[in-house]
Amino acid sequence: MFLQEPTPDTSGYMIAGYAIAFLVMALYVFSMYLRTRNLNQDIAMLEEMDKPAAPAETTQPKPRPKKAAKVVTKRAG
Amino acid sequence: MQPKPVLLKILDGLAVILLGVATYFALVKAPTEQVMGQVQRVFYFHIGTAWTALLGFLFAAVLSLVFLFTRNLKWDRFQVAAIEVSLVFFFITIVLGSIWARPAWNTWWTWDPRLTTAAITELIYIAYFMLRQGIDDPDRRARFGAVYALIGGISAPITFFAIRLYRTIHPVVIAGGNPEAQGGFSMTPSMLNAMFVALIAFTVIFIDLYWNRIRLGNLEDKVEQLKLKVML
Repeated sequence: MFLQEPTPDTSGYMIAGYAIAFLVMALYVFSMYLRTRNLNQDIAMLEEMDKPAAPAETTQPKPRPKKAAKVVTKRAG
Repeated sequence: MQPKPVLLKILDGLAVILLGVATYFALVKAPTEQVMGQVQRVFYFHIGTAWTALLGFLFAAVLSLVFLFTRNLKWDRFQVAAIEVSLVFFFITIVLGSIWARPAWNTWWTWDPRLTTAAITELIYIAYFMLRQGIDDPDRRARFGAVYALIGGISAPITFFAIRLYRTIHPVVIAGGNPEAQGGFSMTPSMLNAMFVALIAFTVIFIDLYWNRIRLGNLEDKVEQLKLKVML
């Protein structure tokens, strides 16, 4: 019993190990968050760029509603 | 932007809780190993991350096969997600192993069969992403990636069985002992409990991160399609 070697103090290694494990996981989750945010910004920008091209693609502009035209003429008169 | 499914939100929460529980079991509930001291506690996260990472690499190889048969790019996104999360987990495994080795073997690193095969596996999958970065055409990239991941998948069982097939100083804790191992230890019931909690926790964390990474892959795909639409 008295000859038994004492347990070595290796708590520094343990703390370093857990700190690195948590840090790597946190960094990975953060990188996923950043990538998702950037991609959403890209999507918003690309959709915005795609919008002005949309009316040009359609064949004809919508005709003016007749009712509205009447109101305008009345007011003018 | 697609809203997060409720099930994924629940899984996110569960993953965080289980990570806390696994940490509690590893640091508080499990007893201190008499020969190595506190550093032995890194074993629980070491084995948890190794288990999920190696299974993830194998899963990616299966997904590669599915892609090669169906040629549906959805399977390519699933495969990339599996490999990326596994790569992160396996990096943690290697770093934790190295930290444990310093007091146990008196060195940070040695070219033991297990350590060598683990390092090769990690490098194979880092190269996988480098390969993908170099190919612009999505179909070609997916095809090359699938073949590479299929062949690379062989490294996972080789790494797992390295300590059972070759002379090594790495301990064999589960299913069999290694008389030449340095730093091996016998598991008490509370150590086994902590190990199984870590295995369950890291499996859930892996599934959660994997799902989130698939969603990220879908966004990447959408951006690629929109870019093509805008350019044409």
